[in-house]
Amino acid sequence: MIEARDLSKRFGDTLAVDHLSFTVQPGRVTGFLGPNGAGKSTTMRLILGLDHPTSGAATINGKPYAQITSPLRTVGALLEAKSVHTGRSARNHLLFLAQTQGLPTSRVDAMLDLVGLRDVARKRAGAFSLGMGQRLGVAAALLGDPQVLLLDEPVNGLDPEGVLWIRNLMKHLASQGKTVLVSSHLMNEMAVTADHLIVIGRGKLLADAATADVIARGSGQSVRVRTPAPGRLTELITAEGGKAVLADAPAGTGDSAAADDAPVLTVTGMPAARIGELAASASVVLHELTPQLASLEDAFLELTSDSLEFGHLDSAQFDSQPAPAADGSVR
Amino acid sequence: MTTTTAAGQLESGAARSGGRAGFGHLMLAEWTKIRSVQSTAWTLVLFVIITIGLTALFTWITIANWNGLHAAARDARALSDPTSIIFGPSIYLGQLTICVLGVLLITTEYSTGVIRASILAVPKRFPMLGAKIAVFAVLMTVLAEIVVFGSFFIGSAILHSRVSVSLSDTGVLRSTVGAGLYLTVFGLFAMAIGALVRHTAGAISIAIGVAFVLPILAGLLPDTSFFNHLVAYLPQQAGSVVYQVHPTGTQLLSAWEGFGVLCIWTVLLLAIATYLLDRRDA
Repeated sequence: MIEARDLSKRFGDTLAVDHLSFTVQPGRVTGFLGPNGAGKSTTMRLILGLDHPTSGAATINGKPYAQITSPLRTVGALLEAKSVHTGRSARNHLLFLAQTQGLPTSRVDAMLDLVGLRDVARKRAGAFSLGMGQRLGVAAALLGDPQVLLLDEPVNGLDPEGVLWIRNLMKHLASQGKTVLVSSHLMNEMAVTADHLIVIGRGKLLADAATADVIARGSGQSVRVRTPAPGRLTELITAEGGKAVLADAPAGTGDSAAADDAPVLTVTGMPAARIGELAASASVVLHELTPQLASLEDAFLELTSDSLEFGHLDSAQFDSQPAPAADGSVR
Repeated sequence: MTTTTAAGQLESGAARSGGRAGFGHLMLAEWTKIRSVQSTAWTLVLFVIITIGLTALFTWITIANWNGLHAAARDARALSDPTSIIFGPSIYLGQLTICVLGVLLITTEYSTGVIRASILAVPKRFPMLGAKIAVFAVLMTVLAEIVVFGSFFIGSAILHSRVSVSLSDTGVLRSTVGAGLYLTVFGLFAMAIGALVRHTAGAISIAIGVAFVLPILAGLLPDTSFFNHLVAYLPQQAGSVVYQVHPTGTQLLSAWEGFGVLCIWTVLLLAIATYLLDRRDA
């Protein structure tokens, strides 16, 4: 279990983490979401004792990180920033970490097998691709078979196979009763991975709820309907209390149905099943009926819209952060 | 790369075996770190070549030009203080490589980000830095003593046709042992600077400044009691007395007093570095 109580971190004039309090429960994957610069990485660094909080405290299984004996056996962390010597081999990197905890060498080889780096284990880590570097980071995090895992943007740089692997691994670890906190800016990734979400913006807590609740709290479910008779269907839906809006241009979404030039309606306030029943009862032809699952993104944008600094282009935060990939950590 | 293998290996239980990690484990880990980067091997090879090479070169030049043009002063020095020919230039330049190694062992942790992994593994900063200091000190003591004794035997063998010098001569054994200890402690001094500055270029500049530039600047100071005392207590000046049979400086400190002053400088800087490592964000 991870607990943050009134956690704050100030860098100069910027309050990177603003009185955050939350609890990460074991046995489920908790997603840590926020726009770039929201303070996700800084919060994780505070939990791990790498940075000292300006106020408040964070504990892991009831203890501050620095008080944990053999910390790698309790906590595994994958940081967004690189933490491997470019001239050292992957195996020696894991070996020295294992030795600090008194872990056997066999554990190092087991982790290299697990992440699929055995063949390159004796090569310089500096020659690794981004994806291989991430796998080495995962191996380091799992080295001590920890009860608590903090993963900062773990799918960064991974190919689709790697993304799936990480996703299944996190779910597997959570199912073993471990505490898993994973930060990401990929909202759709979180929608299929995380059971619970902690959303922050500009260092402040915006939401701490089950993933399903966060989605439901957003703009609401919408359904995409393609029909040659949009006028008739709109009448039926409006009569039932739903809302249908004609999309401007049917093409442009890049999906396989783009060849179909029938108009598209976006329906809210009514489940897909009811729309289908209405259409059938009135003999309206439907070419497509798709519940929109990407609405975590909408929910996220809605939650964080106040915290984004749009309209404040003179603010130092925009000037000093030209690279959109840069995350919360100020350094 | 599949979840089934993940399940199998994660639950292997291997991580649960093994006892709690003590200081010995931390030293073993630091040893793995030191030996697994190429910069260690390169700087140590350079150290051996420069130290033994310069001893051989300067003793050979002395013998080859014996009674030669402008060689009278050097010949006289070789007769009165042969160890100064053996150790003078070789230790003075050999310490450069040790400074670089001492600095790199810390600053590359920051430049590559390994410091984060190190601190996550050992969140208590004092044992972490302590293990690094201990491993470097042991490695350097063993290697530096082998190199300076090798240097002495090669140098004295080359000088043998003109000057006889042996370890049983007054002050020679102390100078030879002292040369190795001086190199070790000066390496730790450089390591402390690396821990304080945390940037390779800056830390190496400062360490070289203390080792090479301060002695030159000190030579420009007025010859008064105040400045003589000031200079005598500078880290390099104080420490170097321990490998001189007949100290060339102000002779305010005895060999072991001077070495003690260098040790105090080093311990002081390491203490500040440990304190700051605890205070600063990693």
